[in-house]
Amino acid sequence: MPSADLARLQSVARDCRVQIIRMLTHAGSGHPGGSLSVIDILTVLFGARMRYDPKRPDWPDRDRFILSKGHCVPALYALMAKVGYFPESLLITLRKLGSPLQGHPDRVMLPGIEAATGSLGQGLSMAMGIALGLRLDRRPSRVYCVIGDGESQEGQVWEAAMEAPKLGQPDHPLDNLCVFLDYNGIQLDDFVKKVLDLEPVVEKWKAFGWAVIEIDGHDLTQITKALDQAEAIKGRPTFIVAHTVKGKSVSFMENNPEWHGKAPKPQEGIRAIREILGVAEGDWAGYLDRHPETAAIVRELGALEKK
Amino acid sequence: MPAKASRAAFGEALLELGAQDPRIVTVDADLSKSTMTAAFAKAYPGRAFNVGIAESNMIGIGAGLALAGKIPFVCSFACFVAGRFETIRMSVAYTRANVKIVGTHAGIAIGEDGYSQMGLEDIACLRALPNVPIIQPADETETKQAIAYAVEHQGPLYLRLTRQNLEPVSPPDYRFQFGKAVVLRPGSDVTILASGGPVFNCLKAAEKLEGEGVKAEVINVACIKPLDEELLVRSASRTGRVMTVEDHSIWGGLGGAVSELLAEVHPTPVKRLGVQGFGESGDPKGLYAKHGLDPEGIARSVMKFLSC
Ligand SMILES: Cc1ncc(C[n+]2csc(CCOP(=O)(O)OP(=O)(O)O)c2C)c(N)n1
Repeated sequence: MPSADLARLQSVARDCRVQIIRMLTHAGSGHPGGSLSVIDILTVLFGARMRYDPKRPDWPDRDRFILSKGHCVPALYALMAKVGYFPESLLITLRKLGSPLQGHPDRVMLPGIEAATGSLGQGLSMAMGIALGLRLDRRPSRVYCVIGDGESQEGQVWEAAMEAPKLGQPDHPLDNLCVFLDYNGIQLDDFVKKVLDLEPVVEKWKAFGWAVIEIDGHDLTQITKALDQAEAIKGRPTFIVAHTVKGKSVSFMENNPEWHGKAPKPQEGIRAIREILGVAEGDWAGYLDRHPETAAIVRELGALEKK
Repeated sequence: MPAKASRAAFGEALLELGAQDPRIVTVDADLSKSTMTAAFAKAYPGRAFNVGIAESNMIGIGAGLALAGKIPFVCSFACFVAGRFETIRMSVAYTRANVKIVGTHAGIAIGEDGYSQMGLEDIACLRALPNVPIIQPADETETKQAIAYAVEHQGPLYLRLTRQNLEPVSPPDYRFQFGKAVVLRPGSDVTILASGGPVFNCLKAAEKLEGEGVKAEVINVACIKPLDEELLVRSASRTGRVMTVEDHSIWGGLGGAVSELLAEVHPTPVKRLGVQGFGESGDPKGLYAKHGLDPEGIARSVMKFLSC
């Protein structure tokens, strides 16, 4: 990837991380850990890969994205705002009464959302159905889906895993389907290894007939390359095992099960934003002087504290 | 007594009962912190099983444990257990396995997470099964007694619990009795049948109504299946009007059950108050106001009901 593109995507990912923290702090509830682990994947998909038109969310030839681990929808909202589906100011209505930004994705309230998710285990099957329908209509669109590692304990995931390489064969194989595993190693109660280990995960998906690629899910170049590879693979769907860190970029959230489903308090949110932006504590005031947009967000969060 | 979530009371009750009865075990699906079985798991590590995010499997394992002589509590959010209806239908109900199914996070009162995590159709689904009683306690006292009863009860049973704190509503000498409802406040103009989360709001509404000259009888229907036919019919014949109030879909829940009963044995005008359509994200208070489940909304519905 040309270095200018990489720098642009890095800045998108950083902005989106800030927005995730901002909206969750405003909402007072939600899931920061898995939103921060998946954001780099979404950044490459929405920032450089998928074809879509925010003005025409029902454009038939758009690429589709389904966030099967629907609780991490703040990450998706951050990107949708960034690319123009709705104004960024709407982000802080997350989880508030009447907002289209539901706690889990709602396909009708927010155009651009492709499927209702939030009950884990169902997104991949819907993605397969869409991929098959597109193939039957000979449309060029591709379908992307992200599942969680905890989510992979659901039986329906394995029904889908077994079926996808067979569905539509021989005339309409689902090589338009590309699935990411956000392999952050943590679920709700504990570490995945402690609750119910998925290993050997690469071998499992291979055995079911998928093309499997293993990457660092925070390396934008690796994500991009894997997507190139997936597009070149014919005759079967692709499964990308993306090794990630839950809570990535916020020291006190990283790899900590406590931050699965808890919103930061205002001061925690501000600290998280500072860490995401890579600013040392001593330089923070100066940084805020030079960056009025960040300063505005920080003021906003500070004001929440007083409420 | 301070307000307490019925899921929290459940967790405490289980801890106590677990000490007396070694047959009690728990099966969870990665929500043990939320269903509040985590304390039991800590106290009795060999008797608590977290099978991962796999609710069908959880229920099936529970059925097997029951067949092997254990008393399993299988626990998840109400929407996810009811979502595995057909597994419950075969492995628990038809198998006649002694499984205690626990669904927490009942209703729109969970608030911000939104519809996907709200148990809103669980009563409707499970009520169709011939041998699965449904119990929804309204406060801490009632919850603890209901859990103790569940352990004694031979056969499957569904317990519907709340995420939110519940103000105490039970009288001091309260004794939970299976299949019995309780008059919390006598009245003669209208019968309010309530269950679970909104019971307290119904009592508040009855106070308001008193001010407007309306005497509302408030009955706590903890046992939604089987219903307390005798008490319900007696109250209905005295007041002539019955309103049901629940944090569940108006289709098939307490309102459905009561309508079926009264239509058959004592036709009475019924008004069902509950959730219509999908739930949504929002603060619990705002959601209750929007759906008319706050004291003001309940009182308003009663006045409207009485005037038509
Ligand atoms: C069917 C179902 N069961 C339980 C839940 C509650 N829940 C929400 S998130 C979560 C853990 C998800 O873990 P994982 O898939 O690893 O997501 P991530 O770590 O990426 O956030 C659970 C159990 C749910 N949403 N759906």
